Amino acid sequence: MREAFTLLDPTAEREAAQRARLGPPPSLDGRTVALLDIGKARGDVFIDRLEERFAERGVAVRRYAKPTNTKVAPADVAQAIASECDVVVEALSD
Amino acid sequence: MPLPSDGLVAVLKRDCPTCRLVAPVCAALAASGAPFTVYSQDDPSFPEEVSGVRDDASLEASWRLQVETVPTLVRLEGGREAGRAVGWHRGEWEAVSGVAGLGDGLPPEQPGCGSMSVEPGMAEVLEVRYGAPPMRSRRIEGRAPDDPVEVCYQRGWSDGLPVVPPTPERVLRMLHGTTRDPAEVLGRMPPDLAECTVEKVAVNAVLAGCRPEYLPVVLAAVEAALDPAFCMHGLLCTTYFSAPVAIVNGPVARRVGMNSAGNALGQGNRANATIGRALQLVVRNVGGGRPGGIDRATLGTPGKYSFCFAEDESDDAWLPLAQARGVPAGASAVTLFGGGEVVGNFDQLSRTPESLAASLAATLNVAGHPKKVNAHDALLVLSPEHWRVFRDAGWDRARVTAGLNEASMRDGAELVRGADGIAEGMPASAAGRRWPKFRDGGLQVVRAGGEAGMMSAIIVGWAASGERGSEPVTREIKT
Repeated sequence: MREAFTLLDPTAEREAAQRARLGPPPSLDGRTVALLDIGKARGDVFIDRLEERFAERGVAVRRYAKPTNTKVAPADVAQAIASECDVVVEALSD
Repeated sequence: MPLPSDGLVAVLKRDCPTCRLVAPVCAALAASGAPFTVYSQDDPSFPEEVSGVRDDASLEASWRLQVETVPTLVRLEGGREAGRAVGWHRGEWEAVSGVAGLGDGLPPEQPGCGSMSVEPGMAEVLEVRYGAPPMRSRRIEGRAPDDPVEVCYQRGWSDGLPVVPPTPERVLRMLHGTTRDPAEVLGRMPPDLAECTVEKVAVNAVLAGCRPEYLPVVLAAVEAALDPAFCMHGLLCTTYFSAPVAIVNGPVARRVGMNSAGNALGQGNRANATIGRALQLVVRNVGGGRPGGIDRATLGTPGKYSFCFAEDESDDAWLPLAQARGVPAGASAVTLFGGGEVVGNFDQLSRTPESLAASLAATLNVAGHPKKVNAHDALLVLSPEHWRVFRDAGWDRARVTAGLNEASMRDGAELVRGADGIAEGMPASAAGRRWPKFRDGGLQVVRAGGEAGMMSAIIVGWAASGERGSEPVTREIKT
C-alpha cells in the first residue's frame, strides 16, 4: 500500500546565496557615480539628463554601456564599474 | 543473499522447457555430493527433485552472475567464474561440472530461454537495485499515496503539463541512449549559469517524455543553446514571444521517427514533441528560467512548451538546412532558431516562382511589424506544394532565398514613422532608399509539411536577431 518511490532532481541543485544589499551612501560627496546605459531605446536620453543633474551638484560621473541590451554585461564592464565607482545607476527604458 | 564463492551454481525457471528438461540433471549433480546451488527465478519449489532451491524472484543472483539464458550452469572457484554452460549441452555441462554421464536419455543439446533478468527494462531496474549506477543527482524519496507526478508539480519541475517522474531506472535507461559520460559538463545554462551535465539533460529528457534514442538529439540542442551566439539568456528574458525552435536534419530524424510531413509543426509525434520540450525543461530546471521570474514574456507562444520538427529531405533538388550551414551530407544535426509566433501564407494561385516569391514576401514583411526592417529574422517553412512551384522553375535553395529577399525589399517612405497613419516605423531618415526586410543571412528556409495544401508557414524571429541578440546555431548530433 505504501509503496516507496525515488525521483532524481532535475535542477542544478543550487541554493541561492542570500546577500544583504548595501545601503545607499549617506552622501555623494567625494564619490564617483557610474551611469550604465544597458542599450535599450532612449536609455541615453535618461542618462544624459542624469549626468547634467549630477554635474550641477558637483558629483563625479563616469559613463558605461553594455554592447547590447540582450546580453548580460561583459565581465570587464562590471569590473570597471566596481573598481572605478562607488555608486551605479542603470537606465532601464524603452 | 550472497552467492556461494565455490562450487556449481545453476539458474533456472519453471516456465522454461529446457530448465524442466534438465531438472533430473540438477538432481544428479545435487546427489553427487559436490557443492551445488540452484536458483529458481519464478518458483522456488522448482525443480522438485532438488532440495534447498534458492528463491531468486528478486533476480539478484541472476544479475550478479550476468545470466542471459536459462538454464545456465556456472562453476565458481574462490568467488571467480571458472566455467559456464548456457542452455543444455551435455558436453558443456559435463566439462563445467566435472561429472560424466549427465542427462542419460536426454537429447544431446537444447537451447534455453531468456533469463527474466534480461527482460526489456529489467537491466536498469537491477542495476539501480544491486549495481553502482553512475547518477549523482539528489535523490528525492516519496511514498504512496503521494503521487510522483504531483510531487514533480509541487517541486516546480513541470511546464504545466504532466511530466514523467524521473525515477533512477528511467534516468539510467535514458543515459543508455548516449555513449557520453553522465558527468560530462556541457556548459553553464542561463539564466543562472548553472553547470549542465549530460545526466541533468537525461533527467529532464525523462520528464519531457523522451525515449533514450532521442537523447543525442536533445544533447546537441542543449549544446546549441549554450553557444553564446544563440543568446539563450536574452531569448528567455525578453518580453517578446521567442523560444528556441529546433530543426533536425539527417538520418537521425528518420531513425527516431520524427515528423517532417503533415502537421510537422503540430501535435501528435512523440519525438517532435518531447525533444523540444526537453530543451525547454533543461532551461527551466537547470538554468532556472521560469515564467514570472527571469522569463518576462508579455504573451509568450505555445511554442514555448516545445517547438521542434524535422526537415523534409526527400527531394535532392533541395539542399537541407544543416548542409547549407556547413554540416557534411550524411551527418545529422540540430539547428536552433530564436523564434516563436507562426504566420501562415495561404496562396493557391501562384504558379510562377516570381508570383510565389512576391506572395511569400508579403507575409514575411509582417514579421515583427510591417513597418520594421532589419530587426526580426524569419524562418520560412516551405510546404511541398509551394516548393513544387519553385522546383518546376529550377529554383534551388539559394535562388529561393535570394528571390524572397529581393521581393521583400521595401521603400523607405512606406516604413517611416507616421506613414499609413501608423506611429510605429523607421526613423524619418529611412525614407529615400529601399530596405531589405532581413539582415544579411536573416532569412532561413526549410522544407516540411503534408503533400496537400498550398500554404507555407513563417516562424518569426526575435526582435533582437543577429549579432546583437540571437543567431541561429547548428550542432552536429553525435552519439
